Amino acid sequence: MELTRRDVMAALAASGAAVGAGISLASDPGDGPVGDHEVDALVAVADVVYPSEVEGVESFVRQYSVERLRDRPEYAEGVADAVAVLDEYSQTWADADFADLDTERADRTLSGFEVDTADPDPEGSDRERVRYYLVNELLFALFTTPTGGELAGIENPQGHPGGTTSYQRGPE
Amino acid sequence: MNRQPSERVDVCIVGAGPAGGLMADRLASRGHDVVVLEAGPRFDADHEDRERRMERAIRPAHGPDSVWEMGGERDAYESTGDKFYPLNAARVKGVGGSTLHWQGMVMRLHERDFRLDSETGVGTDWPIAYDDLQPYYADAEDELGVAGASDNPFAPPRDQPHPQPAFEPSYSDSLFATACEELGVATHSVPNARLSEGREGRSACVGYGTCQPVCPSGAKYDATIHVERAEEAGARVVDQAPVQRLEHDESGDKVTAAVYATPDGEQHRQEAREFVLAAGGVENPRLLLLSESEQYPDGLANSSGLVGRFFHDHLFAGVGGTLDEPTRQNHVGFNTTESHQFYDQPADGSRGAIKLEFLNYAGPSPVEMALGGDDWGDAMLDRIREHYGSHVAVGALVEQQPREENRIRLHPERTDDHGNPVPDVVWSLSDHERRTIERANEIQRSILDELGADVEWTVGPESTGPAFHHMGTTRMGTDPESSVVDAQLRTHDVGNLTVASSSVFPTGGAMNPTLTIAALALKAADHVDERL
Repeated sequence: MELTRRDVMAALAASGAAVGAGISLASDPGDGPVGDHEVDALVAVADVVYPSEVEGVESFVRQYSVERLRDRPEYAEGVADAVAVLDEYSQTWADADFADLDTERADRTLSGFEVDTADPDPEGSDRERVRYYLVNELLFALFTTPTGGELAGIENPQGHPGGTTSYQRGPE
Repeated sequence: MNRQPSERVDVCIVGAGPAGGLMADRLASRGHDVVVLEAGPRFDADHEDRERRMERAIRPAHGPDSVWEMGGERDAYESTGDKFYPLNAARVKGVGGSTLHWQGMVMRLHERDFRLDSETGVGTDWPIAYDDLQPYYADAEDELGVAGASDNPFAPPRDQPHPQPAFEPSYSDSLFATACEELGVATHSVPNARLSEGREGRSACVGYGTCQPVCPSGAKYDATIHVERAEEAGARVVDQAPVQRLEHDESGDKVTAAVYATPDGEQHRQEAREFVLAAGGVENPRLLLLSESEQYPDGLANSSGLVGRFFHDHLFAGVGGTLDEPTRQNHVGFNTTESHQFYDQPADGSRGAIKLEFLNYAGPSPVEMALGGDDWGDAMLDRIREHYGSHVAVGALVEQQPREENRIRLHPERTDDHGNPVPDVVWSLSDHERRTIERANEIQRSILDELGADVEWTVGPESTGPAFHHMGTTRMGTDPESSVVDAQLRTHDVGNLTVASSSVFPTGGAMNPTLTIAALALKAADHVDERL
């Protein structure tokens, strides 16, 4: 299933970013705590945590993250900090920044850090912050979009303003 | 912000929730000088802010009480009764009050609810009848923008249709309707305080699916609408101004001032001709008890000794499970079908009222499952696909009898951030209520059995909890010895003090209380207006 511009707009809307239909979505992070390296890391995390059926991950994550974090400097600091923490772990155990690992090694590294069983907590331990600012950040984005919802069998997922007709429809 | 008191005004209202907001709007629109003192903050009302609150509601890192900044030292409380009462789970302090968080279900009480003692020998009669409140119910439905239909054969009489068309039934409603028909259980629409069509600049519901605790679109009614309208009509609203006590004149016949605290540590006195308590069923009695004086050693307006007594709520009963077919849950966060067939109490008083609700949000939503799991990638998706989409559940509100021993009192030792005793919720269930919950469970199980569901959970007499409808603590009546306020919602003891809240309900039936709160507030506004 292909993530599209519509999904980027939906995910941004669910996160409270001020977006209108005519907005042009930037992929350039510009100045701020989240730069190209951090966005590369978010894409690498998404490659691990998104289901393999999802296509168009890189452009979705780049456009979503850049736009979402533009006006949230405090949150962006949290994301940048979580990337640094993940890179430190990755350098220790895989001799490379997380964004430079192939997906299989990235998955092993993230699991090795026990991020899968960590509670998401923006003020918690290293792995809890990685879970909150990177993993759950990206899962929240995916599963509040129409495409993410459809993966799970719901056209109007919670967090997406998909109208008041789908709840009336029976299964196809 | 200037939080200094205004020059002596016509009306001082304590609390900016639905009762306070409606009264402020009505009285300011009629030309009266109104000041509203609100203990909590003024939250931003724009969509961006609401959407960020929605993110907090969905993401598991943030507790549900963080969405509207509930709890903490400001809201400290104790619960010392037989059954624990989670007071801050659904009580919002701030402009808009708990309607910011509520589900938005708005039913009229039944005619029998107003004369329960006469008809069943249980409970007590209200000093007003359904007929007295009927025009105010219609007024309240219009103010709140209620979407509903006249298809409920059990509903009390009404003179006009709801102001908005009802939301259509859900797919799972159609499954329930077939099963209920087999069992002879009549189902019907649900009156919702959310717009099915846009009006007055507000959006119709767009299906965010997070109604409780936050509606980003503004389609769900909340009291900021009437607070803003009141301000446009000239009312002044002071936030972060918790009232500490009320002062009265030498005779004890009139309240002279509300003493309130401000964030800078100062205290101020707001004088007024009329005072209205609209701070809910816990803070209203607490404030009266805190306002003890030489004339009123047991608390202001408490010559009956009943301030804080007869605390009651609605009890939740529910049965849920799964079908072996899709049920299409969690597209929206509100319900579209109920049954009031088991609502009216039997003439022998053997059980209380039961209101059945067919849930449109049974089971977890995919995004919640994704964020809360111990897996990711394809394993996560497999888990979500396996567990999402086949849940069903029937909930119910069950009546609780008002009993004197259930009460809100001042805790003898623990104090809040201003040094005032915190509220102590003394709450317990009776055998009568347990029996009513068991009866609700029996009906719910029969419906799920007919549906062919695997029943997986039951909320019964031992696991029930409150619906967070705080009622009864300044009960209404004609006799000053057995009630706190009269039929005009004015305290028997103090002539210029009105209480607008579910705290005045002598009994609570099993209907969500906010429409009745709104109707009573509009009635009380007429009486205050007449006196001014």
